[in-house]
Amino acid sequence: MSTTTTHHQDAVMDYDEALATFDPVMGLEVHVELHTNTKMFCGCPTEFGAEPNSQVCPVCLGLPGALPVVNEKAVESAIRIGLALNCEIASWCRFARKNYFYPDMPKNFQTSQYDEPIAFEGYLDVDLDDGTVYRVEIERAHMEEDTGKSLHIGGATGRIHGADHSLVDYNRAGIPLIEIVTKPLVGAGERAPEVARTYVAALRELLRALDVSDVKMEQGSMRCDANVSLRAKAGEPTSAEQLAVPLGTRTETKNVNSLRSVERAIRYEISRHAAVLAGGGSILQETRHWHEDTGVTTSGRVKSDADDYRYFPEPDLVPVAPSRELVDRLRGTLPEPPAERRKRLQNDWGYSDLEMRDVYNAGAAELIEQTVSAGASPSAARKWWLGEPSRRANAEATDLVSYAADLGFTPATVAELDSLVRSGRLNDSMAREVLGGVLDGEGGPTAVADARGLELKQDDGALEAAVDTVIAANPDVAAKIRDGKVAAAGALIGQVMKATKGQADAGKARELILGKLQ
Amino acid sequence: MTDLPADLTRATAAVLGEALADKTISSVELTQAHLDRIAAVDGAVHSYLHVDPEGALAAARDVDGRRSTGETLGVLAGVPIAVKDVMATRGLPTTCGSKMLEGWIPPYDATVVAKLRAAGLPILGKTNMDEFAMGSSTEHSAYGPSRNPWDLTRIPGGSGGGSSSVLASFQAPLATGTDTGGSIRQPAAVTATVGTKPTYGGVSRYGLVALASSLDQAGPCGRTVLDTALLHAVMGGHDPMDSTSIAAPVPPVVEAARRADVSGLRVGVVKELGGQGYQAGVQERFDESVQLLVDLGAEVVEVSCPNFEYALAAYYLILPSEASSNLAKFDAMRYGMRVGPEGVEAPSAEQVMAATREAGFGPEVKRRIILGTYALSSGYYDAYYGSAQKVRTLIAQDFDAAFEQVDVLVSPTTPTTAFAFGDKLDDPMAMYLNDIATIPANLAGLPGMSLPAGLASEDGLPVGFQILAPAMQDDRLYAVGGALEGALTDRWGGPVLNGIPDLPTAPADRTGV
Repeated sequence: MSTTTTHHQDAVMDYDEALATFDPVMGLEVHVELHTNTKMFCGCPTEFGAEPNSQVCPVCLGLPGALPVVNEKAVESAIRIGLALNCEIASWCRFARKNYFYPDMPKNFQTSQYDEPIAFEGYLDVDLDDGTVYRVEIERAHMEEDTGKSLHIGGATGRIHGADHSLVDYNRAGIPLIEIVTKPLVGAGERAPEVARTYVAALRELLRALDVSDVKMEQGSMRCDANVSLRAKAGEPTSAEQLAVPLGTRTETKNVNSLRSVERAIRYEISRHAAVLAGGGSILQETRHWHEDTGVTTSGRVKSDADDYRYFPEPDLVPVAPSRELVDRLRGTLPEPPAERRKRLQNDWGYSDLEMRDVYNAGAAELIEQTVSAGASPSAARKWWLGEPSRRANAEATDLVSYAADLGFTPATVAELDSLVRSGRLNDSMAREVLGGVLDGEGGPTAVADARGLELKQDDGALEAAVDTVIAANPDVAAKIRDGKVAAAGALIGQVMKATKGQADAGKARELILGKLQ
Repeated sequence: MTDLPADLTRATAAVLGEALADKTISSVELTQAHLDRIAAVDGAVHSYLHVDPEGALAAARDVDGRRSTGETLGVLAGVPIAVKDVMATRGLPTTCGSKMLEGWIPPYDATVVAKLRAAGLPILGKTNMDEFAMGSSTEHSAYGPSRNPWDLTRIPGGSGGGSSSVLASFQAPLATGTDTGGSIRQPAAVTATVGTKPTYGGVSRYGLVALASSLDQAGPCGRTVLDTALLHAVMGGHDPMDSTSIAAPVPPVVEAARRADVSGLRVGVVKELGGQGYQAGVQERFDESVQLLVDLGAEVVEVSCPNFEYALAAYYLILPSEASSNLAKFDAMRYGMRVGPEGVEAPSAEQVMAATREAGFGPEVKRRIILGTYALSSGYYDAYYGSAQKVRTLIAQDFDAAFEQVDVLVSPTTPTTAFAFGDKLDDPMAMYLNDIATIPANLAGLPGMSLPAGLASEDGLPVGFQILAPAMQDDRLYAVGGALEGALTDRWGGPVLNGIPDLPTAPADRTGV
């Protein structure tokens, strides 16, 4: 039932040519690990990166006799996700056992949901790069438990094939998962890969706003399986003729662990399918593995009718029957829909589209919002967050939010820095120096400025003397200013700043220079 | 204590509890008496897979110590008990009668076991059972069968034949059992002991190695109705670790057993559970017991449960289906037996799993795993598992209708008295039919009890009388059982078990752990 094929380079067709001949259809399955304090069916902690097999108990190890108990918090998160995806919420549903043998699955069945998902029939409207909206129809969102993690030792690839032995870490076994499954996504045409990427990005943003998951694709707390099939092209992607063409055989690509990979993997599969089909071949229904480094997929397990998980309702658990009151209460806890929020913030802050995209790409919207409400101006908040902190977070291969949180660098800190500039104590270059000190762990902005003796000189006498010296030393520049070329003052201001080792207030220097020469 | 016998192993748990409370005897003395009895007779009976003298005596000393400081203890504190090997016991081997779990020592206690320990009952050891509780004779234990103390050539019932024979051979005053289709009641019936399957959800399943999750129920085994009630009260109650556990207090079983009153009670004789197919001597004792209930003031009527006819068929689809999934965890990866396939160098995990399951499971377990895997497979699910669940609903409806007319239902517990070893081993269907009267209660989740109704005239072997009640009305079992037990004691001039022959003494030769 499982076959492994050796790596070989598959033929691919040029993407544009593929799209001229075929119409792509996708289905996306996204698994999200909830960041509940405890696992789905036991009280074990869920922290990422703990010592292997240190977060386990009889239940998640599947010891004989142990029984599961549903994590109510996980059910609430599932319902909130369902509501945020505009889904119906089941008034009564059950867990089911998905039976198959695998060493990283302690009970040799996964407790999941089968034909009675907690949430179903929803949608998510996704903004594509050019601002057009694509509606992704959601088939279902259901609850299940994660498996353990196998580590294959001794092989060249880290995969089971060729490995000498395997180690299993059961810390992940039993972590609550929500699987969100789309309906077949049709009508996207050549933009299919972009639709997939923007959908996963929008979903990630939504889940982050719901505060239900870490949604870290690189750590596996959000994972995407991409199903792709091609059918003959019969007209425009959204035309009735095209939509009437039956779907082709699909492949399911796994291990797609970044937004960029989602787009690349789907693009690759479209080109690969096209080459197979154009060559008169047929697509094998199988799972494919995406290789980030080489940008190709390779064959995984062949899926066939022999796959029979023998689902049946989990007899160790009672049905989940959320009351209308609970659902209504949870509906009241939903955050502002991310797309609306984004538009509102952009409007409030007066950012350009490009600036707004940079802010979102840096994951800084929340931080900026809090910084602005702590008293900073939107432009200053954006400038400071997207500057040095973002650069350092990048260098440490982490995201801005985690970087700032680990450092104790808060929106209030940035607002304090901004207030030092606005009060006239620091100029821009001083503020940059102070920020560096703060990020180096030297203390808060005021403390760093104090310790480094950074303060704009408020002594007009000394400044005036410096201005006089500079004017005397530059008679021709002074003449231009007298003739009305005010812009020339910049050169003199620069020299004043140099003479005062940057401690002067540039605005004041300008005032003095112009006052003396006009 | 006037009614405390010289041989402490012959006393009831209720009497022992009182003797311990007033310090007439110590728990160490009582526990040692049972350990001595085990050493003398278990070689012949083979009730135990594992005996724990040190642990039992340590627990006994602890209870004695606490009592000497004036601590108020429960009514069974210091009374030793035998625990069915299907229950996880921290630090004590738990094999479920299977080679698969040979040597496995759980790192945790089943909730029931934790309750026993908290109530101060020293655990003498673990009792034998059919492998993973699949069977009606203990012949499917990987460690050899237990014998019926009434006749060592006959079966002690199953799967809980270790617990029934331990009681009937006076190797423990109390024992625990689990009942998926009759594994408490049928062994009680064939050994003239008492056993109750509580309402599904009335006793925690946490730490019971699951056979069929929707049918399994742990319960008490004793030699008298009152003893069984006392143990029921200790074992029962809500457990947050078991989602299917009922959040309600244990029904007043002890009060009911003491009250032992059936006057005005409506008793329904289940038409479909008796008559044809039932041994004449069994039917005779049953009819006699029903007459005794009438004499005691009960109103007896016949009721019909037409869908019981399909109970056995439905049961043998639901049970194997759930079991095939529950037993999947025995894969050699984390605990228990591990063997590699022969002649394969560097076998894969799948090959080790397959070889271990081939070597570790006995034939009955394999039969049911295969049955269940088939019944759940795609394309057959609706016809088998789906239909069986519908039958289950119909059976529950039969019970609902019956309990609109009567307060309890009664029947013989088993169609026959204890059969001889080997009689049904090669005919699974004949073996399954032994549970025909007990299975409906499991399908509907209702409480049931078996108590001794006397001896069958043709073979002199014990006959069991079954009482069934609506969910969470377990106390009715004890009210009826207590009343009938009293009348039968008068009728037979003493407890039925008093008629048991003396056992030969032989040193134990445990093939188990």
